[in-house]
Amino acid sequence: MKDTEIKKLLFAHVFCVVSIILSTVIPSFFLENFSVLGTHLTWLCICSACVTTVNIFLYIIVKPNPSSKRSSFAHKISRFLKCCIYFFMSCIVFHGITVLYGAPLIQSVLETFLFAVLLSTFTTLNCLCMLGPNIQAWIRVFSKNGAMSIWDNSLQITTMCSIVGAWLGAFPIPLDWDRPWQNFCSEV
Amino acid sequence: MRRCPVLLFLAWAGFLFLAGLWLFASGFLLLRVELPQHSACTPSPAPATALAMGSCWLPRRFARAVLVLVDALAFEFARFEEARPRPRPYENKLGALHHLAATQPHHARLYRFRADPPTTTMQRIKGLTTGSLPTFVDVGSNFASYAIREDNLLAQLVHNGRRVVFMGDDTWGGLFPKMFSRSYFFPSFNVKDLHTVDDGILQHLYSTVDGGDWDLLIAHFLGVDHCGHKHGPDHPEMAKKLTQMNEMISSLVDHLENDTLLLVAGDHGMTDTGDHGGDSEKEVNAALFVYSKTPLFRAGPPKEPETVPQVNLVPTLALLLGVPIPYSSIGEVMADLFEGDGDAVTAALSQLAAYHVNAKQVDRFLDSYALAAQDLPGNRLQQLKELFTAAAEEHAQLLAQVQEGLLALPELEAQLGRLRSHFQHYLREARAVCTTSWARFHPFRMVAGCALIAASCLLCYIASELASALDFYHHCFYSLFGGLLAGALLGWAHGDLDPILVASWVAAASQLGFFWHSWSQRPRRIHLASVRPPVASMGLWQRLRAWLEPALPLGILALRCGAMFSDSFVIAESRVVPFLLASLAMLWVGKLHWDGQLSTPPDAPKQPPGSLSCHKESRPLLGLLAALLVCLRLSSLFHQCRDEVLHCQPSPCLAPLSSLRSPQVKNLCYLLCVASLVGLVYAVRRWLRHYGNLNSTSPLVLFVRWGFPLIAFCIACYWAVTSGTEDTLGKLQELVQAALVAFPRAVYGLVATGLLLVLWKPVTVFAQDNRAAAGPIVTPYQGAPSSQADLLHVISQIYRRMQESLNSRLEGGSRWAAVAAYGLGSVYSAALIITLTLLGFFLLLLHSERMSLSFLLLFLEAFILLRLHVSAMSLAGEAEPFVVPWNAVIAWVLATAQFFYSTGHQPIFPAIHWNAAFVGFHEDHTTHLVPALLVAANTFASHILFAVGCPLLLLWPFLCETRGSRRKRLKKDPQDEEQEPLMEMRLREAPERFSAMLLQLGLKYLFVLGMQLLACVCTAMILRRHLMVWKVFAPKFLFEALGFVVSFVCLLLGISLVLHVDCAVSAWYRQLEPR
Ligand SMILES: [Zn+2]
Ligand SMILES: [Zn+2]
Repeated sequence: MKDTEIKKLLFAHVFCVVSIILSTVIPSFFLENFSVLGTHLTWLCICSACVTTVNIFLYIIVKPNPSSKRSSFAHKISRFLKCCIYFFMSCIVFHGITVLYGAPLIQSVLETFLFAVLLSTFTTLNCLCMLGPNIQAWIRVFSKNGAMSIWDNSLQITTMCSIVGAWLGAFPIPLDWDRPWQNFCSEV
Repeated sequence: MRRCPVLLFLAWAGFLFLAGLWLFASGFLLLRVELPQHSACTPSPAPATALAMGSCWLPRRFARAVLVLVDALAFEFARFEEARPRPRPYENKLGALHHLAATQPHHARLYRFRADPPTTTMQRIKGLTTGSLPTFVDVGSNFASYAIREDNLLAQLVHNGRRVVFMGDDTWGGLFPKMFSRSYFFPSFNVKDLHTVDDGILQHLYSTVDGGDWDLLIAHFLGVDHCGHKHGPDHPEMAKKLTQMNEMISSLVDHLENDTLLLVAGDHGMTDTGDHGGDSEKEVNAALFVYSKTPLFRAGPPKEPETVPQVNLVPTLALLLGVPIPYSSIGEVMADLFEGDGDAVTAALSQLAAYHVNAKQVDRFLDSYALAAQDLPGNRLQQLKELFTAAAEEHAQLLAQVQEGLLALPELEAQLGRLRSHFQHYLREARAVCTTSWARFHPFRMVAGCALIAASCLLCYIASELASALDFYHHCFYSLFGGLLAGALLGWAHGDLDPILVASWVAAASQLGFFWHSWSQRPRRIHLASVRPPVASMGLWQRLRAWLEPALPLGILALRCGAMFSDSFVIAESRVVPFLLASLAMLWVGKLHWDGQLSTPPDAPKQPPGSLSCHKESRPLLGLLAALLVCLRLSSLFHQCRDEVLHCQPSPCLAPLSSLRSPQVKNLCYLLCVASLVGLVYAVRRWLRHYGNLNSTSPLVLFVRWGFPLIAFCIACYWAVTSGTEDTLGKLQELVQAALVAFPRAVYGLVATGLLLVLWKPVTVFAQDNRAAAGPIVTPYQGAPSSQADLLHVISQIYRRMQESLNSRLEGGSRWAAVAAYGLGSVYSAALIITLTLLGFFLLLLHSERMSLSFLLLFLEAFILLRLHVSAMSLAGEAEPFVVPWNAVIAWVLATAQFFYSTGHQPIFPAIHWNAAFVGFHEDHTTHLVPALLVAANTFASHILFAVGCPLLLLWPFLCETRGSRRKRLKKDPQDEEQEPLMEMRLREAPERFSAMLLQLGLKYLFVLGMQLLACVCTAMILRRHLMVWKVFAPKFLFEALGFVVSFVCLLLGISLVLHVDCAVSAWYRQLEPR
């Protein structure tokens, strides 16, 4: 049983990594002026859509937490709507946190929001897929002894690494190597 | 009570840092005082001889000169070697120079032009015009602008009625404002642009030369320099650019008149990658080409071009053009150009006249400099004086002999040659002395200072970890005083050392004494630690966890220190620090959640799955975190700009209100500022009232009640007057000028009065005598205090507990009258809060009006940090509220750095708010001390406030001790008597621990400050030849060093104040005892 779970987890992660690589490589053929370093709004949208699709697809196929009881259609719709609302709220929260961390408030609003959407797909969407719209389970998972399965462990690690990666992504911002005087002389 | 050892230890730790800082600065900061004197035609150092019209000091040789400055023209670019089979792109391109020198050897000559580091263009222009060695700290400079205030070649020309025309690099406009009769400036900022400046010059060069309405024409070409930066020297573009220069020189020579001297020079060289700024051989080797249509040189050119220091151009050109040598020049005339047309003896005498004038001028400068500053060694100056005196006497003697015709020709030539070498020796020795003092780093002093600061950081960390060991002071002070004695004896025995070395020796010896003592005490301390709790039973994991506890905040500190090694991060530090502080706060709260401290405690019963299983304090904690993030984001509204950051608009709040045009906007801003001022006063008064510190009739409380509104009123009136329009009537104008001085001085006086009151009577406790009470009355407490009466009741109970505690210790069974004390639980914090508010008022006055919003934000963020600190400690279930965690200390220091930027400052000199020196002073200052203190207070306002308020980190957890937590403990033990919240009086129950923890807090704060300082010191040392060292790293080091000194002094003052309040509370208790 445990081996099956590990294999499923491995397959899911390999699939995610491959899809991320493809979403980084493929747009360079279709989109003009594309660069991973630059802020490309279309690519952000494509990347978010890809990660969302992949996560939902994996949830439907792999089913990490199979539900024992049968749920009615209305209940499914309710859960789906709650997931959408939680995802949207997560985007708003990440957008607010990004602005509070220093992103421009008025300029680059779209870029900041798309970054928040991307970050939410890597973090909140995983939680919604794995644990459902249950904040209690989220709080339980993201504590020291809260992980009860390897899926929870994986969710912990991927969510934390996504947030830390986004945090580390702020570090190259001051490195303005395009400035004329950065490598060159100090005429003034 | 151990008060003095705490202060003495902290002062000693600070002394260690300051000694290392002083030692490092003496090796790193190249200091030079700019003299204000200017040379004049009279008095002349030359003998009184008749001079032609238009000449000073020496006969004018050339009516005009053209100085073509080809930026970064390295010597390799200018020399020509026909034997070279395959020249590099930058070689053998200036054929015009070679052709002129070959065909007209008596008219043209190439020199190796040796620049002095730093080889940046601006510093080289200064060297080429003043003849001195500009250093980073040219004391006397007006930091607000880059204009050269010293005597220089252009100033002398203008002063003597000459016309100077410039075309090229716009740097000259900033260095020499209003000096050019005509100028063509072209932007030099874009180093990738190779042609704008050069084409602009070529557009005007020939017509201007032919025009003739100039005496000195300067053309500064940038193409070669920019080509080097963009492509490097070994590139076809460089070949094209040098070819363009070659054609320009060829054409220029055709346009010259006979009375014109042509100089083609490079300000510095370039490395193999095309950069410059340091002191490598390729960077300092530039070229100088001298040409004239009239014969210049008697002899032919030497086999290898002569090496000429760059500063030598200034006296040479000055005397050739017939103007005095600039006062501060230490250059030596180029003797080849002063040979004249006569025979050998006449030529030698002309050279000697030039040398004598030059040496006399240098001697005069050295005399003036020795009076103005003491950084040139006295014995070296004495030697130079003897050299000059001997040469001058020999010169006078020789002239007398020549006039009498006593000497034979061969002997005369030998004497002339010997005398010339004497003068050369003197001038070169003088320049060597100045170079050693001004333009050379002392690596040993830098490394030693860096090591001293690093050891001081380690000492602070070890001492802060040891501070809990209570037997620590007695033994350590013996070793410390032994170290001090040993250091002093060693410094005294060594002889005539300067105080920097003595202080460093003392600091190093005492550090070794401390470390040796700590090491020798190690086995005993381990034995002590095994008693509580046993080390053996603790697993390796638990010990690792205990060690990793401060890892996260220290990691944030490491990131901050590491960011100082990159000029991009130093430039963007105003955004880096809020980012790190926000991350620290997030990690702080996230760590609490990860450890399960935001959720329900394990002993509590499981909540139903539907409801949120959160601790009741977690929501306020998250609210505090959100508020902190909002404060961090809002603080970026008050930022100042650096010129390195493009498209940066300074905050409109930095400008004074008088600069606003619209009256409606001005009134709105004024009301906002007054509202923030009133809000600050109201918040402080409400806090004091809430904790019962406003009931006393002591002078301090009366001052808080009435003085605070009065200070606010004076500040508001001062703001109204300053923001008022200038177009007022005569009588009202007089009144306005008087008010501009009266109001700030009133605030100064009131703030000083308040501080004196805090020092005199800091206890803000109201004692009410109730003799009717028979014994301790325990009354049930009904909820949160809703009215004043309930509040008074609560705090009176606090005092009863303290009285019982004291009585049981002092004497038993003695009858005492019941005394109700209001505000006793917050007596330490009250004094600190009052002091901080007074300092805040003073610092607010020194800033522009709209900075009051920033100061309100500062106080609000400090309050949020304190609340966050308290919440985190209570949620973590800390049994030891005495220990201030690293999170709080590092967050406090990061907030200091954050508000340095949010009060409109940058670690650069143009951003210093100089107008703060004139708040309340209409006329000029008599001394330099008061304006320096005012500007420093303005610059380091956040350092002052946060350092003085540092003890609040220790006091606030006791202040916020609530009844709720006590009630919870009572559930477990209903037998016990009801406990009263002692708040800060709990600190008096353990005076030893209180002192130790105060010392530990001070040492932790000093450690964090020291780590920042160490990072800046290491940066300045490692990157001392980096291109941006003078623009980014050295100013950052200076600001950080000064900030450290200010923070250290204010930390000592804050801790002294707490200990002083402790003394006063003890005296207050003793005063109550006899009744
Ligand atoms: Zn350059
Ligand atoms: Zn240059």
